[in-house]
Amino acid sequence: MEVHTLLLSRLQFSLTIMFHYIFPPLTIGLGALLVIMESTYMVTKDPRYRAMAKFWTKIFAVSFAMGVASGIVMEFQFGTNWATYSRYVGDVFGSALAAEGIFAFFLESGFLAVLVFGWDRVSDRMHWFSTLMVALGAVFSAIWIVVANSWQQTPAGFHIVGEGIRARAEITDFWTMVFNPSTVHRLLHVLIGAYILGGFFVMSVSAFYVLKKRHLDLARKTFVLGLIVATIFSFAALVSGHFQAVTVSDTQPAKLAAFEGHFHTGTGGSPMTLWGIVDEEEEAVKYSLAIPGLLSWLVSGDASKPITGLDAFSEADRPPVSVPFYTYHLMIALGMYFIFLCLLAWFFYWRRTLFATRWLLWVFVFSVVGPFLANQGGWVAAEVGRQPWIVHKLLRTSDALSKVVRAEQVLASIVLFAVIYIFLFLVWITVLNRKIKAGPGDELSEVEPDSEKWSWIDAAAVRAAPGETSMTGATAEPAERKGS
Amino acid sequence: MDLNLLWFGLLGVLLTGYAILDGFDLGVGMLHLRARTDLERRIVMNSIGPLWDGNEVWLVTFGGALFAAFPHTYATAFSAFYLPFMLLLFALIFRAVSMEFRSKRDSTTWRRAWDVAFFGASGLATFLFGVAVGDSMMGLPIGPDMEFQGDLLDLLQPYGLLVGVLVVTTFLMHGSIYLYLKTEGDFQARIHAWMWRTFSVFLTAYIITTAVTLATIPHAISNFTQYPLASVVVLLNILAIANIPRAIYHKRPFYAFVSSAATIAALVFLFGMALFPNLIYSSLNADWSLTIYNSSSSQKTLGIMRNIAFIGMPFVLAYTTIIYWTFRGKVDLGKFSY
Repeated sequence: MEVHTLLLSRLQFSLTIMFHYIFPPLTIGLGALLVIMESTYMVTKDPRYRAMAKFWTKIFAVSFAMGVASGIVMEFQFGTNWATYSRYVGDVFGSALAAEGIFAFFLESGFLAVLVFGWDRVSDRMHWFSTLMVALGAVFSAIWIVVANSWQQTPAGFHIVGEGIRARAEITDFWTMVFNPSTVHRLLHVLIGAYILGGFFVMSVSAFYVLKKRHLDLARKTFVLGLIVATIFSFAALVSGHFQAVTVSDTQPAKLAAFEGHFHTGTGGSPMTLWGIVDEEEEAVKYSLAIPGLLSWLVSGDASKPITGLDAFSEADRPPVSVPFYTYHLMIALGMYFIFLCLLAWFFYWRRTLFATRWLLWVFVFSVVGPFLANQGGWVAAEVGRQPWIVHKLLRTSDALSKVVRAEQVLASIVLFAVIYIFLFLVWITVLNRKIKAGPGDELSEVEPDSEKWSWIDAAAVRAAPGETSMTGATAEPAERKGS
Repeated sequence: MDLNLLWFGLLGVLLTGYAILDGFDLGVGMLHLRARTDLERRIVMNSIGPLWDGNEVWLVTFGGALFAAFPHTYATAFSAFYLPFMLLLFALIFRAVSMEFRSKRDSTTWRRAWDVAFFGASGLATFLFGVAVGDSMMGLPIGPDMEFQGDLLDLLQPYGLLVGVLVVTTFLMHGSIYLYLKTEGDFQARIHAWMWRTFSVFLTAYIITTAVTLATIPHAISNFTQYPLASVVVLLNILAIANIPRAIYHKRPFYAFVSSAATIAALVFLFGMALFPNLIYSSLNADWSLTIYNSSSSQKTLGIMRNIAFIGMPFVLAYTTIIYWTFRGKVDLGKFSY
């Protein structure tokens, strides 16, 4: 019976967290883009940027509401399903959660009201400030939740007090807890992942508009803005990912071994497996393509130094391999794909044919799925790779359950959540679809074609579609406009 | 400073804030189907449109603070109230979504379905909150290991259901006064009658609940012998309740709203008085109760949290004020409305 409760509770957690995590990276990423759009409007006073920001605010708001609704579940289910865990970590998570509630939640949700409903009620400056606060709130929220998660992966700044059910971690040093060994790299990687998603999301919608020849001026500008953001952060993800892997090898070697499908420590340099099929029974990766010594070189700088394999850990302390291996490799492959796709877009941009290359635009329309999958894949790898521990080397996942909750109850709640989530997801897609189809049209009708100042986004976008008439009616060439 | 007491107090403040703020928007949700036309229903939803999200954050923060300050209480209570809390989550999610999506399509069937969802979810959430409060007043079967030893039936006792009804009527009254403040014309005139009706229903439930509490739950009032000054709050509570019909009669809805908010604050205070120093009273053996001392985080954590709260609170108050100031006045349906 207890096995079922454990399995079902883990299933429920993965369902609710993965559903929830569709939305936070999207709103963190879009939030940052909204700040750029509105700041450009504040500088240029070009109403087209106001129209751009208004349109994306609508998309942002729908997704944000989904994030809030699915996020409340997260906070509840630590107590409902994982009561023993909550008793154990409460003292440590306490300060992080208090900080998140006070600094992040109130900030985001309060100013969101101004963002969505306040266009006609507050000054431009106040609206811009609210956008900044919402974007900042989203980042704060990420900070504190990543601190709490990182502490589970690499506990620091605490001591264990009490025995049996009353045993728990108590904080000894707040800042050591906050800056535990994996916090900084994890946080950077999470934020970078969110900004890539933001970039690809706006590119997807904009590419669609360009292909359908709608809202051309706005769509081109937004696309180039998204491309700049996505390119910068796709490269950043590569660098940050490397440092994170090095941290994992220091602090959670079993997890790294699972990521890499590295069963046997062996002698000499450890290879890096690019792909393959994991066979956990035979402890091998079949049909694999591996580069000898690369893993050792990347992690330690010495291509001949062996990296700890799973055989260094007792059976009971090993994480499962298949799920972390595939999701980790999926994330990396997608990361490489983002870099490749962005560079390809810049090549056509340089050739001045970006918006005439229809097949590439279609690729961008569908590529938005990539960052969603990469964000999910990275987290699945990180969390399944942490098993069998819920708090690394201190508390096992199997010991962390609520003692009084029975399998039937968990099953009932899974059914409840599955129903509501499938439903919610469909409604979210429907509403997004309608908003995107409606486009920024009604905002643009009030736009006056009068832009004295030339912003950097105009300057960047014009190169991608030279000689085309912009919505303002003038032939867009930066040099001419500046002179006029 | 007794940090445990401080955090008991701060949790009380968060719960009061939540009950007053989400109280009116849950109440508005329960009154939603009483609005007749599509326009009226849009006015009802938009009266809370920009605010409900911020109001719900008080609950999220209350939950976070409970987890942080009293992890044992959080763990025991949330695992004990497993199914009711799952239903509560279900209701809260549906409420949020129904508001977000109702006016996104013109179809009558679509809008009617979301109207019913909004009404039902608001009612269910309110009732479940009330049941949880009632059960806590009564005490739960908690064993020596701090774990809940009962089942779902222990959570559905008559007293819990009675308090559930009381909370529903309180929020109905609170919500109708709020709606009166936010509306104009014929619609407002009809809401005037709603205020009278909801007030009388609330008063009846209040009197019955008070009588039953005094008669059957002795530990709920034992603190008054130790802290006689707390009786002042009882007096204030009665004055606040008495002021509601007076303000409605004189068409001073703002005073009625303040009085109704004060009534809710006083009720939360009395709830705290009934519990103190326990957070979960064990009906099996009073010694097994979870108190603000035996279920708390360490003094160090409570101290860090106090510092964070004192730094953050002025900001929270500042922007809550800004938001309510921005959206003051009557409901004004624009193109950004629901």
